[in-house]
Amino acid sequence: MPTKSAETHNEPDGRGGTRRPSSAEHPRRDAGTARRAAGWARRAPLLPALVFLVVVTQLPFVATVVISFTRWNALAPDNKGFAAFDNYKAVFTDPAMRSAIWTTVLLTVTVVLVSLVLGLGLALLLDREFWGRGVVRTMLITPFLVVPVAAALLWKHALYNASYGLINGTLTWIWKLFGSADPPQPDWMTASPLAAVEVALIWQWTPFMMLILLAGLQSRPADAVEAARVDGASAFDVFRYLTLPHLRRYLELAALLGTIYVVQNFDAVFTITSGGLGTANLPYTIYQTFYQAHDYGRASAQGVVVVVCSLLVATFALRTVSSLLREEVTR
Amino acid sequence: MSASTVRGVAPAERRRRRTGSLLGLAAWLCGIAFFLPVAWMVLTSFHSETDAATNPPSVGAGLTLHGYREFFGAGTGVSPWPPLLNSLTASVASTLLVLVLAVPAAYALSIKPVRKWSDVLFFFLSTKMLPLVAGLLPVYLIAQNTRMLDNIWLLVILYTSMNLPIAVWMMRSFLAEVPVEMLEAASIDGAGLPTTLVRIVAPVALPGIAATALISFIFSWNELLFARVLTGIVAGTSPVFLTGFVTSQGLFLAKVCAAATVISLPVLAAGFAAQDKLVQGLSLGAVK
Repeated sequence: MPTKSAETHNEPDGRGGTRRPSSAEHPRRDAGTARRAAGWARRAPLLPALVFLVVVTQLPFVATVVISFTRWNALAPDNKGFAAFDNYKAVFTDPAMRSAIWTTVLLTVTVVLVSLVLGLGLALLLDREFWGRGVVRTMLITPFLVVPVAAALLWKHALYNASYGLINGTLTWIWKLFGSADPPQPDWMTASPLAAVEVALIWQWTPFMMLILLAGLQSRPADAVEAARVDGASAFDVFRYLTLPHLRRYLELAALLGTIYVVQNFDAVFTITSGGLGTANLPYTIYQTFYQAHDYGRASAQGVVVVVCSLLVATFALRTVSSLLREEVTR
Repeated sequence: MSASTVRGVAPAERRRRRTGSLLGLAAWLCGIAFFLPVAWMVLTSFHSETDAATNPPSVGAGLTLHGYREFFGAGTGVSPWPPLLNSLTASVASTLLVLVLAVPAAYALSIKPVRKWSDVLFFFLSTKMLPLVAGLLPVYLIAQNTRMLDNIWLLVILYTSMNLPIAVWMMRSFLAEVPVEMLEAASIDGAGLPTTLVRIVAPVALPGIAATALISFIFSWNELLFARVLTGIVAGTSPVFLTGFVTSQGLFLAKVCAAATVISLPVLAAGFAAQDKLVQGLSLGAVK
């Protein structure tokens, strides 16, 4: 847990009236029992969710750690035993695994950054009044609402396809307009497979970034902007010195949530390239090790490595969210 | 903008209006650009297979329901109803379970906060940051040993755990909007817990709870990895069906687009319905 959140515990949370103990009127022992009972009454509604989550999400991770130290391939069930760190050694010396780590980082950083910048631009465009704003907003959200597998199939077959996809079809059409019968017809998915996956993901995630940043823009105090305008500040100055600092927390949050989801992406990689041509990211690689190679021990070690990396990112991420939460508490 | 409305307006103001309408135009172009692939998917789904796979694209070709008839199993014998029904079961059942577990938890974290409530909240969030794929193998092995593989209720349990953290965060932020004064007034008037919940908490929190349910529904409906590994012939969901749909029968673009459209429809409907609360939910309640 991030240390920043610690200071919020004992602060009044704005509901002090409902949690003030009544111990002053009772003898001390009764008060203790009563307080304990009240404490349990408060905790009870929380327990089913907590127990459920621990059992279904945390225990499998413990099992993953245990399995990662065993030699266990489902295709060779007799050769099973304690492997110490062999699986980890294999993971760290495996070029495919190293390439998967690199691919994951590249894919995540590219998708999150590009969709964040595009989302910011779109949010700024949508922040002003214009005719049909609601319609444009709805059109922009739609990519985010298409089922990920359907979106991946759409890009793969209807847009990227070299012989009848919309992109090459449009190129043919434009070249025809200028009287040329010889348009360029690149095979997008083999020419730049990772970029093909990235573009499809950017298309899906930009709307999400836009929505968060738009909410941020609309919570911006209007009077400060008005005052700056009156004082003769240019549009760029207003953006640089007022809008951007105000948006900082929203940018952080959007980047953080985008990262959580894009790091774990499986659908696009699986559907568009099947992990071929250097597009296999970590989730896809683990899926392959476990589901196709049946190497349970190695897949678990890969899983543990991924979890450790995620924890590093998560610590930073939780700190960001914690500052958001603290602001809400002290509001 | 017509000339008559501009006449008599100061030049600076006129310039500002002109850039304003240019920016509006830019927004429209961006909107259309992002929407285009979806529009293309829907249009292609109504084309015949020959019109769907032309180069250059045949935009104005005649419309037909052929793709949809094919998708719904005419002639091929592969019915999409079992996977659609499986998706519906998994999404609705896990959403109900999420609500049953998350509403009391959110209540304990906001209306009557337990001590260290923010630590608990962070624990919920931290489970969301661990990649699901890392816990998949043990789940698979347990399912295999308990004969739960290819059983839709296994997915119900997993989807519940996947959506529960978001739901708790989201609902906490919606419940936190219940004014303290109203709760205090109710307690002074001697209202019991059920009365307080029904008369004061529910009216404020219900729209948020509905949005939470829709988001949980969307995530369950969309999920591919767990469904692909843990289900097979009996319990396969729509996304799994969609991936298998292409490889097993070669490529029929109109049919694939029809399938993608049909399977996306519930999510589009749920998403548009929850539009306003969608950001708040997905940003874990941090953005109002």
